[in-house]
Amino acid sequence: MSSDVMGVAPTGATAIKVSGLGKRYRLGGAQTDLLSERIGRRASTGSDFWALRGVDLEIKRGEVVGLVGRNGAGKSTLLKTLSRITPPTEGRIEMTGRVGTLLEVGTGFHPELSGRENVFLSGTILGMRRREVEARFDEIVAFSGIEKFLDTPVKRYSSGMYVRLAFAVAAHLDTDILLVDEVLAVGDAEFQRKCFGKMNDLAGGGRTVVFVSHQLSAVQRLCTRCYWIDAGQVRASGPTNDVVAAYLHDSGATQDGGVATIGPEVPRSTTGAVTLERVAMLGDDDQPTDRIELGQPFTVSMTFAVAEPIDDGVLELGISTADGTRVATVQNVDGDRPLLNLQPGRHEIRASFDIGLLPGELSLDVGMHRLIGLTLDFVERALTFSAVNVAHDGSGDRWPWTIVRGSLRPATQWSVREADAVR
Amino acid sequence: MAETRVIEAAKGWQAPNLRELWDYRDLAFFLVKRDVSIRYRQTLIGTVWAILQPLLLAVVFSVFLGHYAKVPSGANVPYPVFALTGMAMWLYFSQAMQFASDSTVNSRELIGKVWFPRMIIPLAAVLPPAIDFVPAFIVALIVQLAYGVVPPIQILLVPFLAVLTLVVALGAGLWLSALNVKYRDIRLVVPFLIMIGLFVTPIVYPFDTVPDSVQPIYALNPLVGVLEAYRWMMFPDAVWPGWLLLIPMATAVVLLISGAFYFTRAERSFADVI
Repeated sequence: MSSDVMGVAPTGATAIKVSGLGKRYRLGGAQTDLLSERIGRRASTGSDFWALRGVDLEIKRGEVVGLVGRNGAGKSTLLKTLSRITPPTEGRIEMTGRVGTLLEVGTGFHPELSGRENVFLSGTILGMRRREVEARFDEIVAFSGIEKFLDTPVKRYSSGMYVRLAFAVAAHLDTDILLVDEVLAVGDAEFQRKCFGKMNDLAGGGRTVVFVSHQLSAVQRLCTRCYWIDAGQVRASGPTNDVVAAYLHDSGATQDGGVATIGPEVPRSTTGAVTLERVAMLGDDDQPTDRIELGQPFTVSMTFAVAEPIDDGVLELGISTADGTRVATVQNVDGDRPLLNLQPGRHEIRASFDIGLLPGELSLDVGMHRLIGLTLDFVERALTFSAVNVAHDGSGDRWPWTIVRGSLRPATQWSVREADAVR
Repeated sequence: MAETRVIEAAKGWQAPNLRELWDYRDLAFFLVKRDVSIRYRQTLIGTVWAILQPLLLAVVFSVFLGHYAKVPSGANVPYPVFALTGMAMWLYFSQAMQFASDSTVNSRELIGKVWFPRMIIPLAAVLPPAIDFVPAFIVALIVQLAYGVVPPIQILLVPFLAVLTLVVALGAGLWLSALNVKYRDIRLVVPFLIMIGLFVTPIVYPFDTVPDSVQPIYALNPLVGVLEAYRWMMFPDAVWPGWLLLIPMATAVVLLISGAFYFTRAERSFADVI
C-alpha cells in the first residue's frame, strides 16, 4: 500500500461545522413509559446527563478525521448526532454534501434473504438509490469475493463471508461525507487490509471521513487529524500523532515500545504502601515489545517500589480489550502458590503467559492487593499492546485463524472416537 | 455543488419532509420486498395462507353465525358469500393497521444505526397486506360466482376503495407506530381494537341489523362506509352507501395528515427512546 494516500490536501471548503453542540439524556427510569405510569405525572423525576456539551468541530472537505476517547466519552453520541440518528439538545451542525453512516457492518441485513437481495436492501438503507446499487453491483460482488453464494440466504454464510459482503456494500457507498464507527474491527487480517485500502481510496477521492475507533493503530493509519473527546467535550485536537500520544499518556502511562513508565501523574487507586513503577512486556526472545504474534508466549515484568513490608500480597494482572472489557485475569496465588512476601525496596515480579491472544488492541491492568481484599495499588491500562494476526514461526504468514471473534484462543485437547464404543 | 444541511434542536410541530420521503422510495420498495419474500419463504403453505385466512374465518362464521345462530345475510346473497367478502376486506384493513403499528418497534435495530426518513417504515409496512388482498379478493370473487352472484359493473371501482382503505390504515398506523415507540401499551391495545372492530363493523352481519337510532353513531366507524361500499361494488342487489362513504374519506384525510405531523414530531426522539 502506498504511503502517499494521505497526501490529498483539504480543499479549504468546510464540510462539517459543529458549534456549541450538546446532547442531554434523561437518566433514572426507562425512556419508554407505560401510559398508565405517565398519566398524572408529567414531570420526569430522573436526573439529566449531558453526553455532549459545548462541542465545536470544523472539518474541511477531503479531511479524514479520527475521534478518540474512552468508552462513554461521547464519541458515538457525537457520530449519531452528526448522522441525524439522534437530535442535538442544543447547538448547531452544518454539513455540506450527502452523508453516509456506517455504525456497524451489515446494517439492514436479513438472514433469510440471499446475498443479492441483501446488497440491495442494505444499500438502499444506507442511502443509495436502486440504480446506484445496480451500477456498482458487480464491483460490490467482486470486492466481497462471494460470487458463488450470491443466491444463498446469508444465514448459511460463514461469519467471514457475511462480513465481506456487508463491508463491500458499505465500502461502495458514494457519499461526500462518511461517518464510520469501528467497522474495520472485523474480518481477517487480509480482508482488513483490503478494507483499509478501500478506506484510503475513499479518503483520497476528496471524501470527508469521520472515523471512530478503539483501535488506535487504525486511527493512526487512516486519519490526518484527531479530536480527543473526553467527558462529552473536546479535550484536544490536532495532528493524529500528537492527539493519540496525549490520549495514551492520559489514559495510562508513558509508553515506549513494550516498556511503560508509571509516573506519579498516572491515575491509580493506591494506599502508598506499594507503588507500581514500571511495566514491560517481553517477547519470547526476552526483548521488550508491544506487538504479540499469534501463539507467541510472552512475559510481563512489573516493578514495584515497596514502602511498607507486606506478607500477604496478591498480585492481579488483567488483560483488557481497548473498550475496557476484561478478557483474562491471573493472580500470583493461582494454583496454590504462596502469597507475596515483600520487604521495603524495589522488586521486579514476572509472569509468563502462553495463552494464544487473538488479534486486537489490548491493555494490561496491574493491581497489588492484600489477602483481606485491601487494594494497595491499582493501575488500569498500565501498558497497551497489539495482538497481531501474524504467525509466530518467523514466516510472517497470516495465521489460518481467519475468523477472529473473541480475544483468546486457549490451548485445547481434542479427541474423536466411535460413539458406539462408548456404550 | 452540494447543499448544506443544518441540524439543530428541533422544536414544536414541523411539516413532514415529503422530498426526503420521495428520495428514499427505493428503500420502501426493498422493505416491502423483504417482508413479502420472508413471510412466504418461511411458511410451508406460502401464498395459500393469504387466501386461507379469510376462507377459514368465513367458514367458521357461516357455520356458527349464519347456520346455527341464524344471523341474516344482506344484499340477497348467501351468508357464506356475504361473510367471505367482508372478511377479506377486514383482514386487509386490520393487518395493514397492525403491521404499521408494530413496524417502528420492529425496526429498532435500524433506527439506532442509520438515519433515513422514519416514515418509510410504516409506509412500507402497510403494503404487504395490500398485496395479500389481491389473491383474497380473487378467491372471494370465485366463491361468489360459484354461488351464482355476478358482480355489477361497479366492481371496477374496487381498486379505489382498496386505496382508500389503505390510507385509513396508514393514517391510524402513523399515529399508532409513533405512540408505540414511547408507550409499549400500544402493542397490546391494537389487537384488542381489531377484535372490537370485528363486532362494530358490518362484516358478519348486515348494516341494517343495527337500529336506525344507533346508525349515525355506528357509522362513525370509518370501516362501516368501506364495507358498505365494497358490498355495493360486489353484489348486484346491495344499495349505494351514499353519505356513509364520506366518513372513511374524511377519516382518511384527517388521520393521514394529523398522523404524518405527529409522526414527524415523535420520530426525532425515536433512537433515544426505542
